[in-house]
Amino acid sequence: MLEIKNLHASVEEKEILKGLSLQVKPGEVHAIMGPNGSGKSTLGHVLSGRDGYEVSEGSVDYFGKDLFEFETEDRAREGLFLAFQYPVEIPGVSNMEFLKASVDSVREYRGLEAIDSVSFMKLARELCKKVSLDQQFLKRGVNEGFSGGEKKRNEILQMMMLEPKLCILDETDSGLDIDALQVVAEGVNSLRNGERSFIVVTHYQRLLNFIEPDFVHVLANGKIVKSGDKSLALELEAKGYGWLETEVA
Amino acid sequence: MSVIQQSLLRLSKTDSNSPAWLRDIQQRGRSVWGSHHWPTKKTEDWRYTNLSKLEKSDFFAGTHTVENIEVDSQAIKRVVDSAVIPELSACRLVFVDGQYDEGLSDGACPPGLNKVLFSEADSAQVERIQAMLGSVVESGKHLFTSLNELQLNEGLYLGVEKNTAISKALHIVYVSTGSTSSVNQRLLVDMAESSEFTVIEHFVSLNDAGNSFNNGASEFCLAGNAKLTHYRLNLETENSLHVGGVHAALERSAQLSSFYLALGSALKRIDVVVKFLGEGAHADVNGVYLPKNNQHVDFHTNLEHCVPNTTSNEVFRGIIGDTAKAVFNGRIHIYPQAQKTHAQLSNKNLLTSDKAEVNTKPELEIYANDVLCAHGATVAQLNDESMHYLRTRGVSTEEAQVMLSFGFINELIEKLDDQAISDYLRPVIAGLFARDSDLTRHLL
Repeated sequence: MLEIKNLHASVEEKEILKGLSLQVKPGEVHAIMGPNGSGKSTLGHVLSGRDGYEVSEGSVDYFGKDLFEFETEDRAREGLFLAFQYPVEIPGVSNMEFLKASVDSVREYRGLEAIDSVSFMKLARELCKKVSLDQQFLKRGVNEGFSGGEKKRNEILQMMMLEPKLCILDETDSGLDIDALQVVAEGVNSLRNGERSFIVVTHYQRLLNFIEPDFVHVLANGKIVKSGDKSLALELEAKGYGWLETEVA
Repeated sequence: MSVIQQSLLRLSKTDSNSPAWLRDIQQRGRSVWGSHHWPTKKTEDWRYTNLSKLEKSDFFAGTHTVENIEVDSQAIKRVVDSAVIPELSACRLVFVDGQYDEGLSDGACPPGLNKVLFSEADSAQVERIQAMLGSVVESGKHLFTSLNELQLNEGLYLGVEKNTAISKALHIVYVSTGSTSSVNQRLLVDMAESSEFTVIEHFVSLNDAGNSFNNGASEFCLAGNAKLTHYRLNLETENSLHVGGVHAALERSAQLSSFYLALGSALKRIDVVVKFLGEGAHADVNGVYLPKNNQHVDFHTNLEHCVPNTTSNEVFRGIIGDTAKAVFNGRIHIYPQAQKTHAQLSNKNLLTSDKAEVNTKPELEIYANDVLCAHGATVAQLNDESMHYLRTRGVSTEEAQVMLSFGFINELIEKLDDQAISDYLRPVIAGLFARDSDLTRHLL
């Protein structure tokens, strides 16, 4: 479903991704780990189409199409979902209005019938329960005054609503206590269905105790330097990243 | 010959139809108006607001009927109907081109409120009006207030009795039909000690209205511990010309909560003055201005902290689109004796076009040394990060722009004391940001 080949990308003329390649098949869970500054978040930004990230080389094939041909909103409608490391606060626009706008746009694009407001409210309330978010959060401004954990749960709530094909979680575990981590992991696990794929970007092995990956990749200096199964994550936890850098060099 | 001199020639006689006490006020207005200079670009107070649109017509030649304009009473009724705020517990008074229209007004005047038209005032009421009118506004400092007095032939006095909380809001709808050269509006709110009241000044005009010149002045006198909630909605159509002033005086522990909403028009200038005359007085002065196309809006606010221990919080936000222009001047004046004043002022502007313009100036004059005074003004465009976030959720760029613009303003709207007014304003505001109603469907 996703094939990234030799991706080079830069921000403000500084090259961050330096030839990243990755193949994700339907139903797979890939974890990407790596030290600070290795380009983990940049990957999410580039795939989501954020302004200011320039792709100089390489390609991203998404279900047989060139991902970069799509505008950001169309990537989302095509089933790409990025859970933000730092979800944005939008005061004055309620979470509910935001969710409805989002779901309506995506469903319309996919040729699905619109959900009426009553059913939508019901769905939103059910999902709130699933991610342990009080229903009051639906009325508040988007992420406005939410704690770090509440913001991340809100990301998972959106992910559940939009039923994406590929979910990219950008350090969704950062700043979460163990309870919130479990909620996030349960949310992800409930969406695993053999078709939907996940790229879980994380610093720590901890999240992978709850979300079991099929593959673990180490990103260092803009490239994937090592891939393996979940045991690689444990090895990294024990040894750190230093040994890889020497091994690669 | 200056605009003012010319107008004095044409207004050579006082209005003989008015009662004698009003003629006295007209005379006072005449001498003050005559002593003013017509503003130019060099006049600091009018630097960014050009009055040439007023010079081109005979707006100051007395209120007279404009020829060839027929007023359709059905159209007036429609515009009044659209001004009704559903779910608001209110008594509605309608003025058409400055004159009270009983047929369009609705609801009994709530107990405890004395509602008096200047033209119908009895001698005791006249005495009170004479004592209070012009006691807050300084017509020597406000050019157009002196003209308002010169042309004063009607006005509304609202007196609230001591220790009385008025259960219903008073909703005043001012309709401008464009069939007269100018419209004079005057409001005097006189609140006795420990009274509570909500008043809404709501300005509308007919869609095809000509450009009458609206010149209004509102005065609020709040005795000790009085509490006034005030809304001023300037929702006239695009070609309207409106200059207005709202002047409030707050005695000990009085509280004023004011909210302004101004859509843009050919010329719109609103002066807001709050004088803190008693310790413990507090005012919230918030507002929103939303000019687009080639419109103009100018807010000049002036908070006069004259005594110790008074507080103010002022937040104004504007979105300026197309080739529109906005002016915001927020003055805070803290007198030497006014220690322990707390005053906060924030003005944020969003420009949604390269050709939109805003001139914002916080103006602090602080003569006391033990005060807390914070101010900030920003001019920005829609936030890229927020745009991106919405788009990554499948929301189109166009809808995201509308949602973010609306959210920026809605932050103030959702904090209004009266939910019914928030609910009334939300679609009005959302509709401004989108020419296609599909883009606002998720906001309403």
